[in-house]
Amino acid sequence: MDQEPDADLLGRLRAGDEQAFVTLVRRHHAAMLSLAAGYVPSMAVAEEVVQDTWLGVLRGIGGFEGRSSVRTWLFRILVNRARTAGARERRSVAIGDAGPAVDRSRFDATGHWAVPPERWVEEADDRLDAAKVAGRLRSAINELPDRQREVVTLRDVEGLSSEEVCSVLEISEGNQRVLLHRGRSRLRQVLETELGRA
Amino acid sequence: MLPKLRFRHREIVCQQAVELVTDYLEGALSRADRHRFEAHLAGCPHCTEYLAQMRATIELTGGVTADDLTAQMQDDFIELYRQWRADRDGQ
Repeated sequence: MDQEPDADLLGRLRAGDEQAFVTLVRRHHAAMLSLAAGYVPSMAVAEEVVQDTWLGVLRGIGGFEGRSSVRTWLFRILVNRARTAGARERRSVAIGDAGPAVDRSRFDATGHWAVPPERWVEEADDRLDAAKVAGRLRSAINELPDRQREVVTLRDVEGLSSEEVCSVLEISEGNQRVLLHRGRSRLRQVLETELGRA
Repeated sequence: MLPKLRFRHREIVCQQAVELVTDYLEGALSRADRHRFEAHLAGCPHCTEYLAQMRATIELTGGVTADDLTAQMQDDFIELYRQWRADRDGQ
């Protein structure tokens, strides 16, 4: 039942169904909060932006024409509001100063592995305490630099396509890939540290 | 020997391969780079493991569920909705 498509929920909430609204809010709240947090100075302000976005969504509900997915539409409204609310300028998409995918110390002078990746994928099913891993990943995502966190959240947690992410964040495909690469590489390292055999 | 030397020159090493993983998974590599990447993987168990770990990372990230709304937040949203509905229906 929780899998009811967003567009159907939107239709029901338009018709006055309170529960449809709550379901839609619950489904997207965390991603919206995470996105908003990248533009405003505090979580309290981010929460206000999310509330404000939903109010805007309700008031402008006739404006949804179904040309994009509901969530892309939602996230775009959110990002616009978050930018307006943000005291600071939207920072440029910093990619030049990002570190390498894997720390340089793990390669030898010729660029080959000196300290190869510790194996953990095969053991994953047996050894993973799924809840613990999800918790660790969630905090690792929260600790990513803003732009990386946004892209990883939208792509890998929420499952948006790269086109949708570029549209929501107004970044190029190339920048999106760089940010995704940095973010995913960091998460892989966290998992290796957490799960690899010491 | 010249063709072989030329080929060797264009081979990639592990440190380069790990930077190409996302472009590879996104289908954003040129054909030549994709071949080079795959040729490297074919001879490198560590980078093969690395690619498997990146895939596993993506899958595990997809399993991260968000914190649910607190009861207070849910009440706030319901209140927001009721106000909107009342305003709309009152007009």
